[in-house]
Amino acid sequence: MSTLHTVNKSPFQNQTLISCLGHAKAGDSVLMIEDGVYGAMSGNAMSEVVAGLGANIKLFVLGADVAARGIDAGRVAEGVTSVNYEEFVGMAASCDRVQNWL
Amino acid sequence: MKFGIVVSEGPYTHQASDSAYNFVKAALATGHEVSRVFFYHDGVNVGTRLSIPPQDDRQIQEQWTALAKEHELDLVICIAAAQRRGLLDQNEADRQGKDANNIAEGFRISGLGQLIEMGIQADRTITFGD
Amino acid sequence: MSDVKKFLYVNRKAPYGTIYAQEALEVVLIGAAFDQDVAMAFLDDGVFQLTKGQDTKEAGLKNFSPTFRALGDYEVTKLYVEQESLDERGLTLDDLQDIQYEDEDDDYEEKPSIIVVSRAAMADVMADQDVVLSF
Repeated sequence: MSTLHTVNKSPFQNQTLISCLGHAKAGDSVLMIEDGVYGAMSGNAMSEVVAGLGANIKLFVLGADVAARGIDAGRVAEGVTSVNYEEFVGMAASCDRVQNWL
Repeated sequence: MKFGIVVSEGPYTHQASDSAYNFVKAALATGHEVSRVFFYHDGVNVGTRLSIPPQDDRQIQEQWTALAKEHELDLVICIAAAQRRGLLDQNEADRQGKDANNIAEGFRISGLGQLIEMGIQADRTITFGD
Repeated sequence: MSDVKKFLYVNRKAPYGTIYAQEALEVVLIGAAFDQDVAMAFLDDGVFQLTKGQDTKEAGLKNFSPTFRALGDYEVTKLYVEQESLDERGLTLDDLQDIQYEDEDDDYEEKPSIIVVSRAAMADVMADQDVVLSF
């Protein structure tokens, strides 16, 4: 049993990503989309917080939204997997439920 | 697998309707079914046929209308949210004594019960919003 | 699969500044007619929706907070409220409306609808659902 969570807010804007990571279960997947992709970057003030809270959670980022924002793929944090929309669909299908953190 | 999709932000202001569109296209391309797309909150504004976006931008309403036509998608605009925001089909316009309608081809207006029904019938319900 | 699904309406936003809380309630009220297993979750700024004493007259807004007290009549009787979210905002249960329902299985005794749970317990509630609708 697992949940796919999506987050679409920058962690610099509000606590949504933090709240999501605080509620996700070990083995759940968290996919950062839209402005949420800023939560997937390395080398910023939130990187360690996200890595710490996400230690037992599988972290993903939507590649299309990373590219749209001019973020070099090399800046995506280690341990965060980049996916495309087809893989997003596949993740939604293979989990038990989807929870969207708005 | 059957997906139900909720779009709860307006076009252009928010990326939600674009993300939902990309998700639906990808789901259909990978052999899944999309049982319904339900537009709620400001998401109802996706369904106006009177928007005129700049030529060099994506045409959000037209994209949805075309996708709905190609795949016989059920695009439902919430009536309660639509009434607040001035989205009407001809039926509603007649009933409410308004002089125009503005709903785009491929969309229909119906009640919130359609959202709950979608949640019951779909294998996964996914919301794109703010 | 059984015909009854577990629906959770997740409320994480404060009332009035945006319409989400108000339109979420409209979904819950309509959804009540579908005889599903329904619960609501209030966490983060969503706990502000339940405060008592909301007076919207001067602000010129519609006060929808009395609707929460009517939820019991719609058989929406499980309102999970996160303790940590209350603590962070300096709120206690006393700051929230007294929301009750009549338990038809227990001689229509009035019982509290609000269930205060820890963050960990809230995570358990979330992980136990079929459909999670977020507002």
